[in-house]
Amino acid sequence: MSDIPAPAGAEVDQDRRGFLTFATVATGAVGAAFTAVPFIASWSPSERARAAGAPVELDVTKLEPGQMVVLTYRKKPMYVVRRTPEMLEHLAGHDGKLKDPESKKSEQPDETRNTARSVKPEYLVLDGTCTHLGCLPKARFEKALPELGADWPGGFFCPCHGSRFDLAGRVFEGSPASQNLRVPSYSYRDDKTLVIGVGPEVTGAA
Amino acid sequence: MTEPAMQIRSIRNTLARAMLGLAAGLVLCGAAAGAEEAAHGEAAGEHGAHGVDWQSWTAGNEVTNTASLQRGAANFVNYCLGCHSLKYMRFSRMASDLHIPEAQLVANLIPTGAKPTDYMISSFPHADGEAWFGRAPPDLSLVARYRGTDWVYQFLKGFYVDASRPSGTNNLVLDGAAMPAVLSDLEGVKAAVIGAAAGGHSGKVVEKFETVAPGRMKPEEFDAFVRDTVNFLDYAGDPAQAQRRSIGLWVVLFLLVFTAFAWLLKKEYWKDVH
Amino acid sequence: MGASNDGLPVRTGFLGWLNKRMPVDAFMRDQLTGYYAPKNFNFWYYFGVLSLVALVLQLVTGIFLTMHYKVGEATAFDSVEYIMREVPYGWLLRYMHSSGASLFFIVVYLHMFRALLYGSYKAPRELLWLFGMAVYLALMAEAFMGYVLPWGNMSFWGAQVIVNLFGTIPVIGPGLVDWIRGDYGIADATLNRFFSLHVVAVPLVLLLLVALHLVALRHNGSNNPDGIEIKEKKGADGKPLDGIPFHPYYTVKDLVGVGFFLVAFAIVVFFVPTFGGLFLEKPNFEMANPLSTPEHIAPVWYFTPFYAILRAVPDQQIGALLMALSLIGFIVLPWLDRSPVKSTRYRPLRWKLALTVFVVSFVALGYLGLKPAEGLYVLLARIFTVLYFAFFVLMPFYTRGESTSRVPDRVTFHD
Repeated sequence: MSDIPAPAGAEVDQDRRGFLTFATVATGAVGAAFTAVPFIASWSPSERARAAGAPVELDVTKLEPGQMVVLTYRKKPMYVVRRTPEMLEHLAGHDGKLKDPESKKSEQPDETRNTARSVKPEYLVLDGTCTHLGCLPKARFEKALPELGADWPGGFFCPCHGSRFDLAGRVFEGSPASQNLRVPSYSYRDDKTLVIGVGPEVTGAA
Repeated sequence: MTEPAMQIRSIRNTLARAMLGLAAGLVLCGAAAGAEEAAHGEAAGEHGAHGVDWQSWTAGNEVTNTASLQRGAANFVNYCLGCHSLKYMRFSRMASDLHIPEAQLVANLIPTGAKPTDYMISSFPHADGEAWFGRAPPDLSLVARYRGTDWVYQFLKGFYVDASRPSGTNNLVLDGAAMPAVLSDLEGVKAAVIGAAAGGHSGKVVEKFETVAPGRMKPEEFDAFVRDTVNFLDYAGDPAQAQRRSIGLWVVLFLLVFTAFAWLLKKEYWKDVH
Repeated sequence: MGASNDGLPVRTGFLGWLNKRMPVDAFMRDQLTGYYAPKNFNFWYYFGVLSLVALVLQLVTGIFLTMHYKVGEATAFDSVEYIMREVPYGWLLRYMHSSGASLFFIVVYLHMFRALLYGSYKAPRELLWLFGMAVYLALMAEAFMGYVLPWGNMSFWGAQVIVNLFGTIPVIGPGLVDWIRGDYGIADATLNRFFSLHVVAVPLVLLLLVALHLVALRHNGSNNPDGIEIKEKKGADGKPLDGIPFHPYYTVKDLVGVGFFLVAFAIVVFFVPTFGGLFLEKPNFEMANPLSTPEHIAPVWYFTPFYAILRAVPDQQIGALLMALSLIGFIVLPWLDRSPVKSTRYRPLRWKLALTVFVVSFVALGYLGLKPAEGLYVLLARIFTVLYFAFFVLMPFYTRGESTSRVPDRVTFHD
């Protein structure tokens, strides 16, 4: 640094320079971090997205027994199935063929970790996204369908890679999917109104 | 005189001349503006002496006054939402900014059937507006921004009886306004004695108002009603303004601290140069 | 292995690896620690780096705004209100971008004024000046098109008026206007192409021109308030006696300038973003309406000097021509000014007077461009238009034969 003119008289106070440089850079860095906040926050879902992501309601008494409807909640398909007593009976008897018959590892509210995997046994509410790679499994509620085999108890079949789920969304052995279908957070406002999006929290494991 | 002194003087001269010239130019333009004002002032002075200076009515609203905003919101829903929408404002946003609990929002401010997250759209059939009034009632989300709060204040207080109009009333600010005097049960009905327009002065010259029928509110009450409503429209035009100013204070303070450090750093390094 | 690495330190590790593949240390030396700038830079020398800061601000906020803006005459206006109300901190992005545009022009005008004050456009820096003028023209195009994007009523009518001016060009005018608009009036097609130009094309052109501007600057080094070439007086080490390394001295000094600029910027953005209707014009809070003209059509304040010139002439064609010519004077300035002395400090009274009159005229024209064209304003606009052009047209005459005796040898200090 011989080309820089020396200060008149005094020595260069390196300590002071170091401190001031640090103080300025530190303040600048903090400022830069604060400045980044609004830019990053602007990516969060906007009020429009959050309003569109508001809970959806369904009058379940309008469903026929054995019927399934598909609603959209937060851009995802929600399957609501009104199970007949016969369909509920078919939930038993094939635990040995299931990967997770007691739903120990599936994503669902803890209240629904029962055989029927629902708050009210009559109505099944599932996130209709295959837990393998995200396709929509198709409803195959009839027993013993030719393409699915004589011991098919009824349930869901995913066309993309062949995962199979029973009438409670539990995954069969031999499927590429490793988890039961997810159950969203939901509740009943009264006897006939199902509200998806309001309810006990979804947890990862029992 | 020494070299540095000469340089200093030449800088001072340049700066002085630049300032003088700038001042001269500004004075010239100021004189022009002043002449314009004077022309107005004469007319204003004339009817300032005996007349209603309605053009100097100001809204005087404060967007930080939450109570006023809440009253204004209620006023809007009760008296305006029937015809006018606020298509960019959600009920829930309004409730959250104005600290209105959801229960009260749903009970008092939301029309039946609408959800809190809905936009504040009037149920007025848009197509009929043109047929009924000659003009569909415009959306008011931004009226406080493109007209200004004073304009809206004067407009709401500027209705007077005019038999020549289909609605029976006219408006001081917006001549031939299609909107009827919807606040007349609060304000009362008034006639305006319009004087001859003075040369160069724009806008109606009002000699005086005459009460045709009294309203339910006293004049100060009605003024407060209008002020609250305008305040609400001011908020509705730019809902983030309160948050903006409060964040701004911290930002400016922080930047001043940063600049102070940078200044000290500069001074320290520039000891080398001097 | 001798010590010769072109005078650069021999590095090991990552820096050694890097320097073998990219001239990192050489760049640092040539552009920062080894680049000598005159030590007498004053207040007027902040505005170059501030222009860069403004450019970066506009680019970053613009990129984020484009993530939410929806181009199209049916959606644009609504999408801006969506940004203002529903996108988290969208209002901040919008106000930063709109305020940033105005502050960009304030800073650029002050930057250009510095050049006039100290003769920074004179040889050997004529090309630097020309690149700067190109940046200015590109900036004006960028700002004009950007203002159309919100599709407010002033966006629409401002575009209508300015694009119609091209129709005054003889023969090709009318066809040209339809070609520019892509329709028979300002329409969806116009909005769409302005969006593409504003977001992609012109920013790329701006970045290229700014880069060329900086290359031209660094080649000869900066001018300074005394207008003397510091490279003519070198010390024993080969460095200019009146120069100091850009880093750390001007990096540290520019930081202070940036700090003050950001304070001013923050005050505007957070407290007065519309700036009384000058930065965000009132009529633009209403959507574009082809059937309803705003009371006073005026461009944003940074265009008003030229707008005033346009309106000063009662004939539309000549007014448009004059408006176009008003920039020519700026462009050929290096060749109009005959004085061998660069800095106003050492030039005679008549130059100082001319410059003062010019600045006053420019500011006055700017003010008059905001006002309606009636009464006294028209007369004043005409007077100042004449003075504006006189500055350039008469310059070859009043700058001839200026005295040169007072230019000092070494720089003088007025920090």
